[in-house]
Amino acid sequence: MIIGIPADIEDMNGPVGGSFGRTPYYFIYDDQKEAGYFVENTAATAQGGAGVKAAQILVDQKSEVVISPQLGENAAMVLRDANIELFQSQDGSLMDHVLLFRDGKLEKLNNIHEGFHRH
Amino acid sequence: MKIAVLSGKGGTGKTFVSTNLTRVINNSTYLDCDVEEPNGYLFLKGPVLETSPVALPIPIIDHQLCDGCKKCVDFCQFNALAYTGKRVLVFEKICHSCGGCEIICPQNAIKEVPREIGKIEKRSYEDTTLYTGMLNTGEESGTAIIGELLKKVSEEDSVVIDCPPGSSCVVMDSIRDADYCLLVAEPSIFGSHNLRMVHELVSLFEKPLGVVLNKTLGDRNPSEDYCQEMGLDILLRIPWSDELGNYNAEGIIAAEQKDEYKNMFTGLLHRIHEEVSV
Repeated sequence: MIIGIPADIEDMNGPVGGSFGRTPYYFIYDDQKEAGYFVENTAATAQGGAGVKAAQILVDQKSEVVISPQLGENAAMVLRDANIELFQSQDGSLMDHVLLFRDGKLEKLNNIHEGFHRH
Repeated sequence: MKIAVLSGKGGTGKTFVSTNLTRVINNSTYLDCDVEEPNGYLFLKGPVLETSPVALPIPIIDHQLCDGCKKCVDFCQFNALAYTGKRVLVFEKICHSCGGCEIICPQNAIKEVPREIGKIEKRSYEDTTLYTGMLNTGEESGTAIIGELLKKVSEEDSVVIDCPPGSSCVVMDSIRDADYCLLVAEPSIFGSHNLRMVHELVSLFEKPLGVVLNKTLGDRNPSEDYCQEMGLDILLRIPWSDELGNYNAEGIIAAEQKDEYKNMFTGLLHRIHEEVSV
């Protein structure tokens, strides 16, 4: 499984990013290889459509699972159409979330908002 | 001549000034560019004579022809397209109708089709012709409707343009063709702040401008202070009045009720003519 999580800093012991589309990085973790890396979120500074572009980055990274505090409806549409499973983040570091996912302790993400378009 | 009436914030009296000004001009045309919540027709009452839809071209994807090369996704500067591994998704409300994706697609899998975003209604009231732009609920941008509204008038027409509030793209589009900009301001700190914003915008377009101070109370007026500081012409002061408030609430045009108000707006029109002819 390849897991994608928004990240505020490039540190796997750092926290989950507070925003999905505007987070500065994504932590991409390959569960089989037990290896993770960070990709820059080039959508973070987009004027509009950040959620769509950010979701595209995670699709292109071949993510099969995305863990996020919340998600805009456009991003959710892209991720779901790509058959990516969505989970709700909790307190804890990025690596904590990888372990929580592995142990089946994450809840499905229901926190889909209408987006913060033009805000 | 085209006179655009604008203000930074809503509720300062744009429609009040616009409708009254329109009615002291012979054979005038009134363009309601406040497409998110047009209300000029509540004053200039008349049956709808003509309705024309306004549509924008948006891409549709032929999923049979698409081979998933993602060139369209990479090309789109507005992030309106995404490729999910099995198909391209189009986010219509993010699309700016540039047509680039159709051109760039090597498979010819993209065609543009019109998507209706609103409409323009034509009405007539006495000798005034009224065009109302109406943006459908949930749409993000009314600029296309304003573009169509401006096409309804010719150079010779006497036009009053009721602009949207604020100082964003829709306001810029509304004043683009204007010969004169009339800034309506309230006597409050918030009002003066928003007056500054529209003043800066109108200055960028190098349009001649003047100010109407509405709802003046006789004491200190931050909007008047701003006009004095910047050397702006104050063309008219309209004192706070319960009577005007009641007319407005009932959709009545004050200039048609009392000579006092008719003279007020005729005087305003003369001042504008003087300013433009200088």
